[in-house]
Amino acid sequence: MTHIPISVTVDGTVYDVEVEPRRLLVHFLREDIGRVGTVVGCDTSNCGACTVLLDGKSVKSCSVLAVQADGHVVLTVQGLAEGEHQWHPVQTAFKECHGLQCGYCTPGMVMAAVDLLQENPNPSEEEIREGLEGNLCRCTGYHNIVKSVEYAAELMGGK
Amino acid sequence: MTETLTDANANPMGRPLRRKEDARLLHGQTNWTDNIQLPGTLHMAILRSPMAHAKITNLDVSAALKRPHVVAAFTAKDLGDLNGSVPCVWPVTDDIQMPGFPALAVDKVRHVGDCVAVVLATDKYAAADALDAIEVDYEPLPAVIDMEAAIKQGSTAVHDAADGSLGTNVCYEFPLKPQGDGAFDAAVKAAGDDVVVVKRRFINQRIIAGYMEPRAVVASPMGMSNEMTIWSATQIPHVLRVLLALVTGMPENSLRVIAPDVGGGFGGKLQCYREEILAVQIARHLGRPVKWTETRSEDMVASHHGRDQIQDIQIASTKDGQIIALKVDLIANMGAYLQIITPGIPLLGMFMYPAIYKMPTYEFNCVGVFTNTTPTDAIRGAGRPEATFAIERIVDELAAELDMDPMKLREMNWIKHEEFPYATVAGLTYDTGNYEAATAKAMDLFGYDALRAEQEQRRASGDPVQLGIGISTFTEMCGLAPSRTLGALKYVAGGWEHCTIRALPTGKIELVTGTSPHGQGHETAWSQIAASILGVPVDDIEVIHSDTGRAPYGMDTYGSRSLAVGGQAIKKAAERLVEKAKVIAAHQLECSVDDLEFIQGAFRVKGDPAKSQPLAAVAFEAFSAHNLPDGVEPTLQAEATVDPDDFSYPHGTHLCAIEVDTETGKSKIRSYVAVDDVGIQVNPLIVEGQVHGGLACGIGQALYEGVEYDSDGNLLTASFADYLIPSAADLPSFTTDRTVTPSTTNPLGTKGVGEAGAIASPPAIINAIVDALRPMGVTDVKMPATPENVWRAINAGKGGAQ
Ligand code: FES
Ligand code: FES
Repeated sequence: MTHIPISVTVDGTVYDVEVEPRRLLVHFLREDIGRVGTVVGCDTSNCGACTVLLDGKSVKSCSVLAVQADGHVVLTVQGLAEGEHQWHPVQTAFKECHGLQCGYCTPGMVMAAVDLLQENPNPSEEEIREGLEGNLCRCTGYHNIVKSVEYAAELMGGK
Repeated sequence: MTETLTDANANPMGRPLRRKEDARLLHGQTNWTDNIQLPGTLHMAILRSPMAHAKITNLDVSAALKRPHVVAAFTAKDLGDLNGSVPCVWPVTDDIQMPGFPALAVDKVRHVGDCVAVVLATDKYAAADALDAIEVDYEPLPAVIDMEAAIKQGSTAVHDAADGSLGTNVCYEFPLKPQGDGAFDAAVKAAGDDVVVVKRRFINQRIIAGYMEPRAVVASPMGMSNEMTIWSATQIPHVLRVLLALVTGMPENSLRVIAPDVGGGFGGKLQCYREEILAVQIARHLGRPVKWTETRSEDMVASHHGRDQIQDIQIASTKDGQIIALKVDLIANMGAYLQIITPGIPLLGMFMYPAIYKMPTYEFNCVGVFTNTTPTDAIRGAGRPEATFAIERIVDELAAELDMDPMKLREMNWIKHEEFPYATVAGLTYDTGNYEAATAKAMDLFGYDALRAEQEQRRASGDPVQLGIGISTFTEMCGLAPSRTLGALKYVAGGWEHCTIRALPTGKIELVTGTSPHGQGHETAWSQIAASILGVPVDDIEVIHSDTGRAPYGMDTYGSRSLAVGGQAIKKAAERLVEKAKVIAAHQLECSVDDLEFIQGAFRVKGDPAKSQPLAAVAFEAFSAHNLPDGVEPTLQAEATVDPDDFSYPHGTHLCAIEVDTETGKSKIRSYVAVDDVGIQVNPLIVEGQVHGGLACGIGQALYEGVEYDSDGNLLTASFADYLIPSAADLPSFTTDRTVTPSTTNPLGTKGVGEAGAIASPPAIINAIVDALRPMGVTDVKMPATPENVWRAINAGKGGAQ
């Protein structure tokens, strides 16, 4: 299959690569450039494990083609906190509130929460639950994820 | 908000420490099996049967071999002896039917998703593409889907006589009749006029495990000294190593199994899967790494399912509510083949039907049935959620029949706290428990009386939204398991657990455990246990696990066993390490061992606090070995392998209030209170998280989830679009609390918590919905209690169409 050159900025680094037109953004991230922090949980765009920010807005990277990201900026959980050993308030809050167990849904859940708090810095419990509807977690029952997002809002000055 | 141990002397046991695991997981610094990319890797793609039951009349992979990037393709015939058979290690009866389960189907397929052929390519997409080029023809056979029809004379057999089987779909029959056959009827007869009998059929529907990380395996024959390294998203690296050796015939000492970061399991990764066998065999055959990561759609058809039982249950009591007898007849769906412990799952529930209740008579029988469906096996709770559902549901039905408050009926019949240890009618001895205390706390948090009053009001006013209250006073058995007991139950392996602790020359500690976490937080909790004994900071302990090369002994993680059994090994190993260190310290301090006390990580001479030696100094002495006492070997390490004395029995009271819209059938959880008694807690934050997650699984089963097949055996719920794993919007916040009755079957006093929520919650939910609708003549609601199923129940209650 013919390959198409693309240039994508991921977590602050520009990658110039050639990809098959059908290549999913999440496979480009994981397999072509080794950003394995973002994961795949399903093949029907239901689980949200693959959520990243594309030009600052959350998308499911399993339902975006790599070629669609050409010329755009992708932020994954690995680039969320600037600098090594740094913590974004959402990451801090998830640790504080035990908002993760196995951690597989976490990269997507954290990025979805970042987007949610950008849109609504002071969400109610119901707004958090509705806002994270596209991200499945089998471990936590969401109770502590909701708490984490509430606490992150507080850390970010929303409350 | 953070609980950090700024006071180095504080005992870390019982504290809600934030988890060590989280920094890595929150920054994406993870090592999932699918991350592994080895040079020369071949990606395996699997052609799966679209038919539930069929003969393979033609199968040709030659065209696939011509596709770009394809290196090899195999059918069962091509693999020959390399086509291993998936093992079952729990032949529950002497005359159980155990048909072969070839990794790649031989001549026949027996469920949708059965493996037919594999393609190996240097590119993942190319491997999947090449499946299209495989030529295959099937001759359909009648699909055996309905369990009751399957065991009738004349049914098509999933494994027929021509396949060398018995030609019946009955896998086994297992009775447990401690008071003899017919004891239930005899007890009812003996009660004369003073008896009420309630009989129900409950369907515990089929569900999936639903871990978020799909299964994956990488098998690399490129290890050291003939080593085959296998990375797998598994709960059981140690057990898997033994089984892979047995299945493949490869020497066990050449296999190294590593479970790197594993994204949830819930029993679904407690398995030796055909894809793992295929990856290993093909990697060995081709001499290069083979990798396979399932798609979610593959997971839905190929990873084992759970539950799927028809439960006919009868309970008898006196007219004032004293339970006199219980009878349970199960039909349990095995699926098309037996996997690792498929036949044993319903029997793990066998002991738990009498639950927390005193009764003189119990009869149990289970018939395991083959059908043309995905094999079943353990999912969170494994047999115990089914038992708990049936008993807690029927106790509510009995209460309704007797016109008694369901909590009063329970109180009347449960084992009182002063009656422990208590030998149950099913043959277990519950060591401790306090059902009164857990219930009192739950009732208080819930506001039981006020909710009952509101229920009365809504009933009186004919409110279209009715309120129901659901109770589940459950217990379960954890800590699998005393090896002798397992042996008596014909389970092939033991139930011990291992720990090695090493004090390194630099003062750091390595704790090697045989448990294999996949989200539970063992690294944090195990460090807390060891730190409390060794008196070192929690962060100085590194927990090594899930790699048979680095942690060679273990029985892995399932059945809420890791703390109850593994915790004992940690305690014993840590204590042994202190014992050894003490001998060295006494030598260093020139005193007798008896003159020393070990306080906060240092050996001190009694009465002379100035003379002390920290553990780290002793560890360095053991390393340099310049001045060790005679007869003491260098290095400071200790190990322990512990076989548990008995099970432990967590219990709790869960209360649920649900609003049911009688016009739409929609249910909304208004409040859910869970008071659990899991014994001593190492880390209450982790305990709470486990309860939350279990509740979500159980509520998922009660309200949303269910695997469905059509009559031809097509899986109708074949993706996350069709199978509803609850999202945040589908669940409420929970009110959780604990009572603490230490277990006496292990020295830490712990019980187990991983499965509690999943076991307790389904009956609490369904009892609440039935309670809301009982005045409308509703006596049962089918799980999952979707609006449609609730609406049907309301209609049936009115005597209308179902
Ligand atoms: S992987 Fe499930 S939504 Fe993208
Ligand atoms: S933490 Fe395991 S799936 Fe969310």
